[in-house]
Amino acid sequence: MKARIIVTLKSGVLDPQGKAIEHALAALGVPGVASLRQGKVFDVEIAAADKDSARASLTSACEKLLANTVIENYAIEL
Amino acid sequence: MKAAVIVFPGSNREGDMARALRQATGVKPAMLWHDDHELPAGVDLVVLPGGFSHGDYLRCGAIAGRAAIMDAVRAHAARGGLVLGVCNGFQILCESGLLPGVLMRNANLRFVCRTQHLRVERNDAAFTSHYAKGQIIEVAIAHGEGNYEDDDEGIARLEGEGLVAFRYCDALGRLGGDANPNGSRNDIAGIYSARRNVLGLMPHPENLIDPLVGGIDGRALFESLAAA
Repeated sequence: MKARIIVTLKSGVLDPQGKAIEHALAALGVPGVASLRQGKVFDVEIAAADKDSARASLTSACEKLLANTVIENYAIEL
Repeated sequence: MKAAVIVFPGSNREGDMARALRQATGVKPAMLWHDDHELPAGVDLVVLPGGFSHGDYLRCGAIAGRAAIMDAVRAHAARGGLVLGVCNGFQILCESGLLPGVLMRNANLRFVCRTQHLRVERNDAAFTSHYAKGQIIEVAIAHGEGNYEDDDEGIARLEGEGLVAFRYCDALGRLGGDANPNGSRNDIAGIYSARRNVLGLMPHPENLIDPLVGGIDGRALFESLAAA
């Protein structure tokens, strides 16, 4: 089963990297970029009997390692 | 004082740390590997040195914070044992849950490598008894992710319970502005756990223990530990 995990900074957490990218886009003349935040994507191949058990494993992966829940949110797409 | 230094793949300051501990205690610390499962019997102090454990992959300290040895370090801390994490070691302590908050990318996005003044916030902890309260010391910093952040509640708890160990300042002890090298909330350079037996700090006291390299302001931290 293929899954995608998206980890993003919580709103309100400063994202200096996102800001630098946002400024670079402005410098390149890309129009209309009002704001930009950087995140991470993990593509996972997971062996599981069904979607529910896959989601449970992936939730545990996020909680234990993939996201630092002090500053990051995660979303699981199956 | 029996000390153990934990080496992770990508640690690179364990030699300096071992030298500082040996100078203060007269005894070489035990060197442990990240996938060891136990601390040597009778260890009083566990030290997580600086470096780039696991190449800083995922997040600084994230993978090291889940290493096998960290269960033993957590148990040691729960028993009231002393734990010191410097630089990457501080990041590992935050990622392992031994200290609250997180160390984010420096606000100016630059890796900073220079000497830095700090204010010692209290001298009644095992780590700082040989300093004076409010003393300004000069040590080294070398990091790209030292910007300490937590939510407002977390910061209020650290401040309210006196858990800020060191703050960045200038040579005269003034806080803020250019004296803060990385954007840390409240100029925080280091923090204690609730029982003050765990200390994490970004600066490197172990690099300022010999007049040959320009100062000895880091020595008192290790002398405090040796006397603890």
